[in-house]
Amino acid sequence: MTDITTLDHVVIRFAGDSGDGMQLTGSRFTHETAVAGNDFSTLPNFPAEIRAPAGTVAGVSSFQLHFANFDIRTPGDAPDVLVAMNPAALRANIGDLVRGGTIIADSADFTARNLAKVGYASDPLTDGSLDSYHVHAFDLTGQTIAAVAELGLGRKDAVRTRNFYALGLLNWMYDRPVEGTLEFLAHKFAGNPAVRDANTAAVKAGYAFGETTELFATRYRIAPAPVPPGTYRQISGNRALGYGLMAGAARSGLPLFLGAYPITPASDVLHILSNTKQHGVTTFQAEDEIAAVGAALGASFAGQLGVTVTSGPGMALKSETIGLAVMLELPLVVVDVQRAGPSTGMPTKTEQADLTQALFGRHGEAPVPVIAAASPADCFDAAFEAARIAVTYRTPVILLSDGYLANGAEPWQIPDLATLPSIDPGFATSPNGPDGSFLPYARDEKLARAWAVPGTPGLQHRVGGLEKADGTGAISYDPANHERMVRLRAAKVAGIASDVPPAEADDPTGAARVLVVGWGSTYGPIAAAARRVRLNSREVATLHLRHLNPLPSNLGEVLRRYDRVVVPEMNLGQLAMVLRATYLVDAQSYSRVRGLPISVAEFAADLETIIDEESQR
Amino acid sequence: MTTTPLAPGAGLTRVPLAVTPLTRKDFTSDQEVRWCPGCGDYAVLATFQGLMPQLGIKKENTVIVSGIGCSSRFPYYVDSYGMHSIHGRAPAIATGIAMAREDLAVWVVTGDGDALSIGGNHLIHALRRNVNITVMLFNNRIYGLTKGQYSPTSEQGKLTKSSPAGSVDSPFNPVSLALGAEASFVARTVDSHRAHLTEVLTAAISHRGAALVEIYQNCPIFNDGAFDGLKGPDSGLIPLRHGEPIRFGPDGGLGIVRGADGSLRPAAVDEVGLENVLVHDAHRDDPGLAFELSRLTDTGTILSAPIGIFRDVERPSYDDLARAQVSVAPDPARRLAELQGLITGPDTWTV
Repeated sequence: MTDITTLDHVVIRFAGDSGDGMQLTGSRFTHETAVAGNDFSTLPNFPAEIRAPAGTVAGVSSFQLHFANFDIRTPGDAPDVLVAMNPAALRANIGDLVRGGTIIADSADFTARNLAKVGYASDPLTDGSLDSYHVHAFDLTGQTIAAVAELGLGRKDAVRTRNFYALGLLNWMYDRPVEGTLEFLAHKFAGNPAVRDANTAAVKAGYAFGETTELFATRYRIAPAPVPPGTYRQISGNRALGYGLMAGAARSGLPLFLGAYPITPASDVLHILSNTKQHGVTTFQAEDEIAAVGAALGASFAGQLGVTVTSGPGMALKSETIGLAVMLELPLVVVDVQRAGPSTGMPTKTEQADLTQALFGRHGEAPVPVIAAASPADCFDAAFEAARIAVTYRTPVILLSDGYLANGAEPWQIPDLATLPSIDPGFATSPNGPDGSFLPYARDEKLARAWAVPGTPGLQHRVGGLEKADGTGAISYDPANHERMVRLRAAKVAGIASDVPPAEADDPTGAARVLVVGWGSTYGPIAAAARRVRLNSREVATLHLRHLNPLPSNLGEVLRRYDRVVVPEMNLGQLAMVLRATYLVDAQSYSRVRGLPISVAEFAADLETIIDEESQR
Repeated sequence: MTTTPLAPGAGLTRVPLAVTPLTRKDFTSDQEVRWCPGCGDYAVLATFQGLMPQLGIKKENTVIVSGIGCSSRFPYYVDSYGMHSIHGRAPAIATGIAMAREDLAVWVVTGDGDALSIGGNHLIHALRRNVNITVMLFNNRIYGLTKGQYSPTSEQGKLTKSSPAGSVDSPFNPVSLALGAEASFVARTVDSHRAHLTEVLTAAISHRGAALVEIYQNCPIFNDGAFDGLKGPDSGLIPLRHGEPIRFGPDGGLGIVRGADGSLRPAAVDEVGLENVLVHDAHRDDPGLAFELSRLTDTGTILSAPIGIFRDVERPSYDDLARAQVSVAPDPARRLAELQGLITGPDTWTV
C-alpha cells in the first residue's frame, strides 16, 4: 500500500543525453502541473554544443520544474528529485540534489563502459556512494522495450520512448492524470501511428509500473496554488518578450520591424517574431549586429516601430547606432538578452552584467531609457513598456532580459490587449514653424520632437548624426546650442520619471530595517528568499526596479528610510554603484557571478545574518 | 477608390507621381553647399537636382541616406527626406527604409572609404539581397574629409600622410566587387560627363532591385587629376552601350575583342573587322562577361576604364519578397483581436 504525502512544493530535474527528449518530457510534465492548478516555474539547461558526444557530461541536457501550492518565484535552487537517464546525467547533476533527495535512474544505462566514460570507477547505484539519497534504480530501458514490444518497433525506436515511460511514472508519483499527455501524443504523432502508439503505451506502462511495483513507498500530492481567476498559459521569457513588442506596436498602430542577427540566448525572439508575419511583423535577418540595428532605425525613420534583439557582444556592436538614434530622436527598442561575459563568455549561462553598458556604453552624452524584465511572464509587460516609451518620447530604449528569463517559463495570466493603454506616435502632418516651415526638432510638452515620416508633403527634412540646431534641426556647431541640446536630450529622458509609477517597497509590517533592492531576473530569488526570511520571523523589505533609467523619482527617499540597503546582482555591483553615486546611500552589493541565478537558500541565509547584525546595532 | 498612377520604370512603380511638374529648385534645400571649390561633388549634385524632376515622382517620397565622408553631406542639399547616418552603415539603414516602405525612391550616397572599407559588409549584402535601393558611390580614390589618407581604391604605392613610403594595399575595383556580390545593376560614370551621369543614374533608379553606380569623382585638394587620364578624345574611356559593339578611342577606331587566349583585349577595328568587336549585352543573366569587362579598368593610374551600364538584369527585389510574406488586418480592432488569439495559444487553463 502506497502512502500519499502532501507537500507544498517540489523541484524535479529531468536529466539525460541531448537526444533523450528531456526537454519534451519536462514541458509535458509542466503542462500537467499547470492543469493541476499548481504554480510553477521552469528552467531548461542545454549543452552549448549542439550534438556533444553521447553519454558525456558535456552532452547532458536537463529540465528543471518547480511546482507548489503557493505563489513561487524561481525554478528552485536544488532539485528534490533527479531523474537520471544515464551515468553522465547523474554525474552532472548529483551535486545539486538536496541531501536525502530522490534519484530515479535507468540502471540499463549504467554499464561499465558508460560509467568509465564519465569517470565512475564503480557503479554509484550499487557502491553505496548514494546512501544519503533515496535511489530508485530499475531497468527503465528494458521495461520500456517490453511495454512497446507488441507494436513492432525496432529496438532503437522502442528505446526512444523511454522518456515517456519515465513521464508516466512521474505522473503516478505526483498524482497527475495522463490524459493530457495522451491527447498531446495523438496530436503530435497523428501522421505516425506507430510512434504515437508506442509513446502512448510507454506513458501508460510507466504509470502502471508505479501502481504495481513496491519500489516506491510514497506518492505525493501538491494542492493547487491560490491564483487570481483568469485564463492562463505557460510562457517563456523570449516568447512573452516578442508578444509584448507586438502588443506595443499594435497599440501604437505601427507595423513592427525586427532587425536581428542570430545570437544566443536571444535568437528565439527572432524565431518567434518570424512566425507571426500575418500580424504586421517584418523580420530581417541581417548580415551583422550593426546592420540589424541600422535597418531597425531605418524602419523607424520610415514610420514603423524598429526593434533589434541581441545579447552582450551584439550590444557592443550596436552602440554607435544607438548613439545615432539618440541624436535622431526616433523610436527604437534595443533588447539585450544578457549572458555571461565578457567576450563570448558563457553564451548559454545567465548574468546581468550589461547594466552599465546599457546605461553608459556610448560615446558622448547619450542618455537612453533602460528597462528590465523581472520574470519570464513579466517580459511581456516590460517589452510593452519599452515600446510605449520609445514611441511616446521618440527615443531609443534598451530592454534588458537575460538567459534565465529567456528560457525559463511560468504561468501567465493572459491579458486583454484591448485594456492596454493606447500609444500615440504623434506623427507630424502639417507645418509647425513660421511661414509654413517644418521644425523637426520642435518639441511637445514631454520634450518629444516632431516625427514626420517620408511621404508627408511639405515636411521634408534631413536628420543626421551632426549636432542639430534647436528647433530647425539644421547642422550647428554653435557652443551654446550644443549645450542646450545636450541638456534637452538629458531632460527628455529624465522627464520619463514623471510618467512611471513611484518606487514602492514591499514591507509587510513596515518594521523592516533592511531593504533589498533588485532589478531584472533577481526578482524571483529575492522574493523567494524574503519569503523564507519572513517565515523565520524576521523583517525585511524588498524593492524591485523595472526602470533603471530614469530611476523612479522617489527612489532616494525610499532608500533613506532603511538602515541598510542590500543589492543582490549577478554582476560585481553595477546597480549598487549607481545607487551609491546617485543618492549617496551606503548601498551594499551582494554579488554572485556563476552564470546561474542567485541561490535562494544561500541568499536567504546571508540575509538573515545581515538582518540579525542590523538588529544588534 | 483611386489608383495612383505609376511612374515609368519598375524601380519607381510604387512611388506616387507629383501632381504638378517639379523643377530643379524643388530639389534644392535651403542649406549652403560646403564642398571645396572645384570638388566633383558639385557636378553630381547639380546633375541629380536636374534629373529628379524628370522622374515625375513626388519629392516627399524621395529619401537619401548617406554615411560619413565629404559626399555624404549630399542629403543636406536636397529638399527631400534624408538621413546623414553613420560611417559605412547607409546601405543597412536604407535596407530598413526600403523594406518598410514600397512607396519611396531610396538613394544611398557613399564614398570609396565609406562603402568599400568600413561599410564593405553592408554594401555587398544589400547588393546580394537585391534591395530596391540605388547606391551612388563617389569614388575619388582618397579619404578627403579626414584630410588625405589612402583609400581602398587608391593605387598601390600611393603617397599620403598615412603612407609616406607608398601604400602597400591592393585596391578594390568597385564594379568587379559589385558584380561578384551578385548585383543586378552595375554601372560606372564620371562626374564631369553630365549627360552620361544623367542617363546612368536615371536607369539606375528606374531599376527594381539594388543598383550600384560608381562615379569617378575628382578631389581637387587631396587627389587632384586622378581621372585626368580619361579626358580628351584619345582617352581610354570605353563606353558600354547595350546591343552595340564596344568601340572607343579617336573615331571609335579601337574595339574590344576576344583574343586567341580567350581574354578580352583592345584591338584596332580596321585590323580585326567590326564583326569581331564584342557587342555589349547588359542583360545577360551570367555576370561573367560583365566581370571581364570590369577588369579592363586600370588598377594603378587610371588611363583606361569602361563606363556605362555593365549589368542590368531582372531579379526579384528583396523588399518585395519580404513584403509579400507580411500582412496585417487593416482594422486596428481586428488586428488586436487576431493578436489576442495568437498570444492566447492552444494550451490554456482557466482558474
